[in-house]
Amino acid sequence: MEIFWYIIIAIVLAVFFILDGYDFGTGIIHLFFAKKEKDKEVIAKSAGLFWDSNEVWLVAGGGMLFMAFPTFYASVFSGFYLPLIIVLWLIIFRAIGLEFRSQFKYQMWKDIWDKSFGVSSLLLALFFGIALGNIVRGVNLGGVENGVSVYEGHYFFLPLWDSSFSPLSKTPGVIDWFTIIIGLISVVTLAIHGANWVILKTNSSINNKLKSVIFKLNIVLTVLTIFSLIVWQIVNPNSLDNFIDKPYLIVFPIIYFIGLFGLFFIKKIKKDIYSFALSTLLILGGITSSLASLFPVILPSINEINEPLTIYNTSASEYGLSVALTWGIIGFILLFVYMIIQKRLMGGKIDKMDYGH
Amino acid sequence: MEDMLFYDRLQFAFTITFHYIFPQLTMGLSLLIVYFKWKYLRNKIEKYNNAAKFFMKIFAINFTMGVITGIPMEFQFGTNWAKFSELTGGIIGQTLAMEGMFSFFLESSFLALFIFGEKLMGQKLHFLTGFLVFLGSWASGWFILATNAWMQHPVGYEILDNGKYVLQNFSALFSNPWLLPAFLHNQLASVVTSSFVVASIGAFYILRNKHTEHGKLFLKTGVVFGLISSILLAFPTGDWNAKNVAKYQPASFAAMEGIFETENAGAEIVLIGQPNMVEKKLDNKIAVPNILSFLTYQEWDKQIPGMDQFKKEELPDNIPALYYSYHIMVGLGTIFIGIMALAFFFLWQKKLYKLKPLLWIIMFLVPFPYIANITGWYTAELGRQPYLVYGLLKTSDGISPTVSSGNTLFTLLGFVALYMLLGLLFLVLVGKTINEGPKPQTH
Repeated sequence: MEIFWYIIIAIVLAVFFILDGYDFGTGIIHLFFAKKEKDKEVIAKSAGLFWDSNEVWLVAGGGMLFMAFPTFYASVFSGFYLPLIIVLWLIIFRAIGLEFRSQFKYQMWKDIWDKSFGVSSLLLALFFGIALGNIVRGVNLGGVENGVSVYEGHYFFLPLWDSSFSPLSKTPGVIDWFTIIIGLISVVTLAIHGANWVILKTNSSINNKLKSVIFKLNIVLTVLTIFSLIVWQIVNPNSLDNFIDKPYLIVFPIIYFIGLFGLFFIKKIKKDIYSFALSTLLILGGITSSLASLFPVILPSINEINEPLTIYNTSASEYGLSVALTWGIIGFILLFVYMIIQKRLMGGKIDKMDYGH
Repeated sequence: MEDMLFYDRLQFAFTITFHYIFPQLTMGLSLLIVYFKWKYLRNKIEKYNNAAKFFMKIFAINFTMGVITGIPMEFQFGTNWAKFSELTGGIIGQTLAMEGMFSFFLESSFLALFIFGEKLMGQKLHFLTGFLVFLGSWASGWFILATNAWMQHPVGYEILDNGKYVLQNFSALFSNPWLLPAFLHNQLASVVTSSFVVASIGAFYILRNKHTEHGKLFLKTGVVFGLISSILLAFPTGDWNAKNVAKYQPASFAAMEGIFETENAGAEIVLIGQPNMVEKKLDNKIAVPNILSFLTYQEWDKQIPGMDQFKKEELPDNIPALYYSYHIMVGLGTIFIGIMALAFFFLWQKKLYKLKPLLWIIMFLVPFPYIANITGWYTAELGRQPYLVYGLLKTSDGISPTVSSGNTLFTLLGFVALYMLLGLLFLVLVGKTINEGPKPQTH
């Protein structure tokens, strides 16, 4: 039952990063590549029409995590207190940037909200990557000092950074050189994904240029990926064990690499939807590989005193999980019905749709 | 420790008060939008369709604000109230996750379709999407209040040796005797708020002599809906809730009503008076004997326990705040019934549209249903203190053990600054929408 819910939540979070991921990505593209007002408007629109239905996945995923693994939720949310609250503020800034830019015609007004949308999208992409980096690196559970736990075994508190800035420190912070690398991978990946979305949904004049941008970003991503795989071994030496024990898990990294290598052929790909699918594989493969390397651990402990958090020692009761599964299945069926209806009515390029409430 | 608790509570109170402004309007407004759209389907008069679309614009702005201020609420359970989340997540997580799954997805998917899809799908389907938005927003209220009802009156649980609460009976969460009255009362309150907003915009258009056709429609609809909902708010739903508090949280009831000492015979109802916590009595009291006993138990002489009957640590920790919240809510509710009845009388006499003083009053009444709603919410929440889960888990035992008060103060200040900016932008946007007015149909 725990495994079931773990998979469901992993799917919901992956869907969130795939869907909201493209609107984070459009923000990054918007910040660096949109120069003409027309392009700016179209790109903002390609995110603005969809962000709030994408964000619902975050709320749903959070709710499910809370329900199924309450101890994990409590531990991680209080442990990463500062970065999470900053993420909340960034989410708010991004949303108001998107929603309000078209409300008034003054240039200064638009410039302010464009920057707000772009910068907060960039920082969010970075922070989500850093979060993933923290989870695979592990934390000082229990806040161990001189061999004694300061808090109960599953609680901790991470400062934003530790003075050594190293993931190998006894008390690493949220930001260190390892998590920054994962953060940069996240930024580049989502920028590629967002660019694909812009190409897919608009007839923007920079679409052709974006294809070569994707190609260049993909080179950067490949370099970062190889580098990260090496340092990953230093930071968490057990990270390959799962793949050796259960060789079928290798399918997840393969998904990632199909996306990564496929994107080198971006200019030759005739249908825009295929290259969007490739960057989707990239995100899907990246998240699932990281989770698969940890399973069944969901938060490693870097000290020897406290056990890591696993899906078993943090879950709710068997009864609660099974009841939730029943309504969860009904919910998912409804959800797919809504999505099909929505996609049928709102598919295609969005340039001609009215925007601005 | 004291600091931590204080800042955590202040932050939650601040963020939820600000958040509640938005769903409070959207839940009721969705009902009025469905009404306008339904009238249009029946009579094909354009102004009804314009009204539905105009209020959907205001709905959309409120919905966006509700979403972006709602995400922090969910996060804060984990960030600031980790111990509470750990112990009770297996139970209240059910209702919170269901909110996301069943109502939030419904509302957000069909809101986009209602706003952008009228030309694509024809009038009947357009009505249906509006109806589904309404259904989603009311379902949201249902699940959130189911969560709150469990904290007010816990049911269907078992406590393990490690202190964790586990679910034992899922259906008990929804047959909780606290839930239905609280839900109906809350939804009616949101209808009151939105009726007042609709009526106020109508009065504004008539007074400014602008969009007057629509103005008259808004005013009429707002007054009719406002009168019905504000009466139902007091009776039966308000009464029903008060009886529930008397039954399940007698200490809160005594504090709400300002009963310091138990009377031998029936209890009096306090109309006016200020709680004096030093001398344990009400100053400047105006009260009517025996009425409270009658209202609560339909017996004139029934004894109602006062605050002297409870241990100090079982009493709510801020009695004056609770007392005032409750009395402000009840007082405003009474005033609303009076004003709406008066407006309805003149509407019926066909004099309302020319009666400028009353139009001015209706126009400026808008903040008061918000105040009544918020004080109503405070009554419920302050009444639950000193517990997070009534009778079981103290608020002081629910906070995050690892987060220091300095961190909470820092984030609290951040939220205050950010929400001030949001509030300002919100007012500018709604003001702009109202000023532009409903647009005539363009084919």
